[in-house]
Amino acid sequence: MIKNFPVIIPAIYLTAALLIPLLRSRHERYAHSIALSAVFAAALVSINNIYYVINNGTIHYHFGGWTPPIGIEYVLDPLSAFVVFVINSVVFFILIHAVKVNAIELHSKEIPYYSVVMLMMLGFNGMIMTGDFFNLFVFLEISSLSVYGLMAMGDRGSAFASFRYLLLGTIGASFFLLGLGFLYMVSGSLNMSDLKEIIPLLSNSPVLIIALTLMVTGVGIKMAVFPLHGWLPDAYTLASSSTSALIAAIGTKVSAYVMIRILFFVFGVEYVTEIFPVTLVLGWLGAAGIIYGSILAIAQKEMKSMLAYSSVAQIGYITLGISMANPLGFIGAVLHIINHAFMKGALFLVAANLRIRTGHSDISRLHKVCAKKMPVTMACFTVAAISMIGLPPVAGFFSKWYLVLGAVDNRQWIFMGVILLSSLLNAVYFFRIIENVYIKSSDSDEEMKSCTLAEDEPGFSMIGPLVLFAMTLLLLGLFNVYIVNNIILLMMPPGL
Amino acid sequence: MNNEMSYISYVPFLAVMVSLAAVPLIILSDKKPNLRESWTLIAAFVKFALVFSLVPAAMQGYTAEVNLLEISPGIHLALKADQFGIFFALIASGLWIFTSFYSIGYVRGNSEKKQTRYFASFAVCLSSTIGVAFSANLLTFIVFYEILTIATYPLVIHKETPEAISGGRKYLAYTLTAGLCLIAASAWVYDLTGTLDFAAGGILNHVSLSPSVAVPLFMLFLAGVGVKAGIMPLHGWLPSAMVAPTPVSALLHAVAVVKSGVFAVIRVVGFVFGPNVMENFNLNTILAAFAGTTIILASLIALKQDNLKARLAYSTVGHLSYIVLGAALLTEAGFLGGILHIATHATMKITLFFCAGAIYVNLHRENISQLDGIGKIMPWTMGAFTIGAMGLAGVPPVNGFLSKWFLALGALEADKLFILGIFIISGLLNAAYFFPIVHRAFFKEGVNLEGYGEAPLFMVVPLVCTAVFSVILGLDPDLFFNFYQFAFEIANSLLR
Repeated sequence: MIKNFPVIIPAIYLTAALLIPLLRSRHERYAHSIALSAVFAAALVSINNIYYVINNGTIHYHFGGWTPPIGIEYVLDPLSAFVVFVINSVVFFILIHAVKVNAIELHSKEIPYYSVVMLMMLGFNGMIMTGDFFNLFVFLEISSLSVYGLMAMGDRGSAFASFRYLLLGTIGASFFLLGLGFLYMVSGSLNMSDLKEIIPLLSNSPVLIIALTLMVTGVGIKMAVFPLHGWLPDAYTLASSSTSALIAAIGTKVSAYVMIRILFFVFGVEYVTEIFPVTLVLGWLGAAGIIYGSILAIAQKEMKSMLAYSSVAQIGYITLGISMANPLGFIGAVLHIINHAFMKGALFLVAANLRIRTGHSDISRLHKVCAKKMPVTMACFTVAAISMIGLPPVAGFFSKWYLVLGAVDNRQWIFMGVILLSSLLNAVYFFRIIENVYIKSSDSDEEMKSCTLAEDEPGFSMIGPLVLFAMTLLLLGLFNVYIVNNIILLMMPPGL
Repeated sequence: MNNEMSYISYVPFLAVMVSLAAVPLIILSDKKPNLRESWTLIAAFVKFALVFSLVPAAMQGYTAEVNLLEISPGIHLALKADQFGIFFALIASGLWIFTSFYSIGYVRGNSEKKQTRYFASFAVCLSSTIGVAFSANLLTFIVFYEILTIATYPLVIHKETPEAISGGRKYLAYTLTAGLCLIAASAWVYDLTGTLDFAAGGILNHVSLSPSVAVPLFMLFLAGVGVKAGIMPLHGWLPSAMVAPTPVSALLHAVAVVKSGVFAVIRVVGFVFGPNVMENFNLNTILAAFAGTTIILASLIALKQDNLKARLAYSTVGHLSYIVLGAALLTEAGFLGGILHIATHATMKITLFFCAGAIYVNLHRENISQLDGIGKIMPWTMGAFTIGAMGLAGVPPVNGFLSKWFLALGALEADKLFILGIFIISGLLNAAYFFPIVHRAFFKEGVNLEGYGEAPLFMVVPLVCTAVFSVILGLDPDLFFNFYQFAFEIANSLLR
């Protein structure tokens, strides 16, 4: 039984993905119920996994009993168990929220929607848990194709944005595959723990350098590392509300996880910092992305596209933390993966609530009636915004604190300056909204009416998850050391 | 510092929390103003009582401390009520009582909007001020310092006029940047020493530093704490923030916020760097240069202001630098004078701001040129104003004389006649910008004053109390408890 833990979650999602279209019924809500139960089950299993892995160590699962490197292996170590837990729990809350939004925005497309969400989750969970690179590529494609589909079900123009993502995503996946080809050529294996043993023996091989470069580029595109982020802003902005929340909260995080896996757990710290210092490049790209994303976020007029550019910046933090290749930077990066999942999730849910209740999320058209009619939504927005800016005692402060400590430890003063400067830029674009919703009186009567709502808040299913997210951000901040000591220190890659 | 001399106590924690606990009660009694204000008053009294209960043990050298929870590996959210912390907390919580009464008179007399938000933010501000006072390490300090920044923002923009909004933006831009400098500086200290716990004599006292580390590190700290302490050229937010309602200016911009700034300066000078390090790297000269320039420039600018609150604001900027300059002398009398001036300036300046508010509520006049003859209709208010003005100019027997005396002694002790000159010139300038107001009020003929009387009792009683208090502290500082002895011991401990 214990040995089967890793495979339970993908099995749940695969079953749900098939059940939803098979059990067609007249009430479209049933699709949501199945999807929600599947995620709930997966989240429970992932909690169980974390406990088991922390107490008893890594679980290896061999598919069909074939031993690696011939067979495919699933690995649950502290890092993968943790990321699996993060994405499943975040998605659980977002799906609770999704029921009402989708009923309005995706009318009559709900059955395929939830089915595809299940496939996407299958892909993401598979990517995290697999211990085999080719298998990772397969799951990468499963999740990517599902995301293309989900994104295309959005506003006008979303199909085009999704197509663009499809082109870029396919290029990324091709780079990754090509890299795998080179890797296989020199090493003769695609099993991660196997490769970890082989790579130090090949450390001078130029083919290995090419393989690493191609793989990092490919994952970089999926992760939206600046300047490979081109697909992200439009895709996030134009997708339907709940899709944006789902993808923004977890999509790029999974790729960030894959990046950590490749750099630190397969190629090893020494290889990526000294023999072929790819972390150096990633560091500067991360820093550039932080500044670029923050400045463009300030320039946006619409909340979702602002959040999208802010995501580019936040990915920059994670990249920067990875690139530091020291324990504090690593803690900061992993902590920021979870913190950002909750922050961005919360913020996109706020955008969804605004769209449902007022019909738009244009920043300039928000005014204080919004805060009066939707006090809870706006309070949650404020908490998430303060966390994004990185003010204590909310979660975002602490991941930044670790990143700053990491930068100081490496004497990377410019990176430290970038992290701090971006806090200010974050403050600019978040306080702009806070100012509008709490202080600004509307310019015209017509606008006042556009915000005159029948009921104050958009119902419990849309408020509950948001409040939970906001509270989680506070708890994540105050109890960050608990996470760091009990989970993140266990996943510290060898050599850091 | 000394384990035998410290005991575990939750009193400091309770003192921080009591006003925070009042916040939900204040918000819930939104519709019942009398009940709402009683929560504020209860919290204010309880807070003062809690802080005061720490005094007896502290007099005997016992320090109450408590570690709450770990917020970064090895660093706790820790509160420690050392003598200096208690000293500052006593002033802040004591004056909060007066301000609470005064606020009630002010917001009702002025029929301000959003009174609930006002009182709730005020309570959060006081919580974080006491938190700043009792912080046992730099990270805890940052947490409360930043909460103070955020909680003050709604008060600065309270009037919601374009002027208030731009004042609020300026306030955030200055204080958030400062907070980031402080975070960077603390991260650097942590990297150098592995600890962030304040220690009398300095965290950095036993670390070998080079000037290329010490000077930039000090400048970062100075930028971090100098904004709230109003050291030029970082003072720009203070006059703009005067758009806030007068009780806010009185308590926050004369006591809590700016005093947190100077409190932080003394923490940095005495507890982070330590007098030895300050002396070795000539950091005290840097600090003295900034503070000395600020004193003279601010006094000159104050001369030119016609708006009463603006004049008081620039006077505040000048007087804050008295405290900073006192600390920069690094002598016992200098520290003593600086620490005493934290208290004496607080009681005097709060009196003056209370008077300005009383005049505004009563007569709707803000400019000094309109104050002719008002002494005849508002004798109590202007009498208190005169006492405050005399104190700030250093005229005995008001308490301002006491602190100035020790500051001058400190300058002599340090053998720096130049600094003594600065204190003397500034005293004259103080007289030059305050006494014309007194002269106008009492000796000129007023216009359009028929039908007006004294301001509401809720305002007059507190301001007379603070004025009387200023005189008492000047005549017999040890009347209530060994106030002077207390300050003396703090100054002594810094140089041990």
